[in-house]
Amino acid sequence: MADVLVDCKGLNCPLPILHAKKALKGLEDGQTAEVLATDPAAQKDFEAFCRTTGNELVSHSQEGNVLSFIIKKVS
Amino acid sequence: MANAKSMTIIVTKGTLDWAYPPFILATTAAAMDVQVNMFFTFYGLGLLKKELDLSVTTLGNSAMEMPMMGGHMKMPNMMGMIPGMTGLTTMMMKDMIKKKGVASIEDLREAAILSDVNMIACQMTMDLFDYDRANMLDSIEYGGAATWLENALKSDINLYI
Repeated sequence: MADVLVDCKGLNCPLPILHAKKALKGLEDGQTAEVLATDPAAQKDFEAFCRTTGNELVSHSQEGNVLSFIIKKVS
Repeated sequence: MANAKSMTIIVTKGTLDWAYPPFILATTAAAMDVQVNMFFTFYGLGLLKKELDLSVTTLGNSAMEMPMMGGHMKMPNMMGMIPGMTGLTTMMMKDMIKKKGVASIEDLREAAILSDVNMIACQMTMDLFDYDRANMLDSIEYGGAATWLENALKSDINLYI
C-alpha cells in the first residue's frame, strides 16, 4: 500500500508527471506514491522521470487501460 | 536536488497551439529538477499577460486537421479569411483540449510559476508593442538578449520555439 494515491486517469501529458512530482514533494524519503494513469505514454515517461530524478520506480502494472506506478521517493 | 541541470527556452509565438510546447517542456523540466529560464519575446510576450485570450487560425497552417464526424478534416487555409473563422477554430481546439484531458495554458503557466520557472519578458518587445507592465504577470522579470545569453551559456539545453 502506497503512502499517497495520485489519480491521473483521463489526464494527458504532462499532467501525470506534474501531479506525481507534487505528491512526491510532500513525502519523506522512502515513502511511496501510487500513480494511476490512462495516458499510453505514461510508462515511458515515468521510467524517464525516475531515471532522471533518482526516485525509484518500484513497480508498474496494468489493469484494463489503467496503468499503475509505485514510485519511492529518493532525494 | 538530484539534478543540477538547467534549460532555457526562447518563446516567440503566442497562439493557442504554439503556447503548448514551451509550457509543457518548462513544467516537465521543473518537475525533473531542471532549473528553467523562459525568455518571452515578440509574439510570445503576450503569454505573460495577466489575462490570456489565445486563439488559433488555419491561415498559414496547411498541416492543421481536426477530428470531425469520425474522421479527420483538413482545414483549408483559405477558411481563415472568413470572418469568425478564427473564433471557430479556437473554440474547436479548446473543446478538444478539454475532452482529451490536456491542461489549459492558464493551468500550465500557473504550474510553471509554482515550480519556480524563471520568466523573463523582453523589454525591447514591451517597448515595441507598447505593452504596459501593469497588464503583465507580477512574478516576471524584464531583460534583454544579454540576460538570455548569460543564462544560455551555462545551460545544458537551449530551445527556440
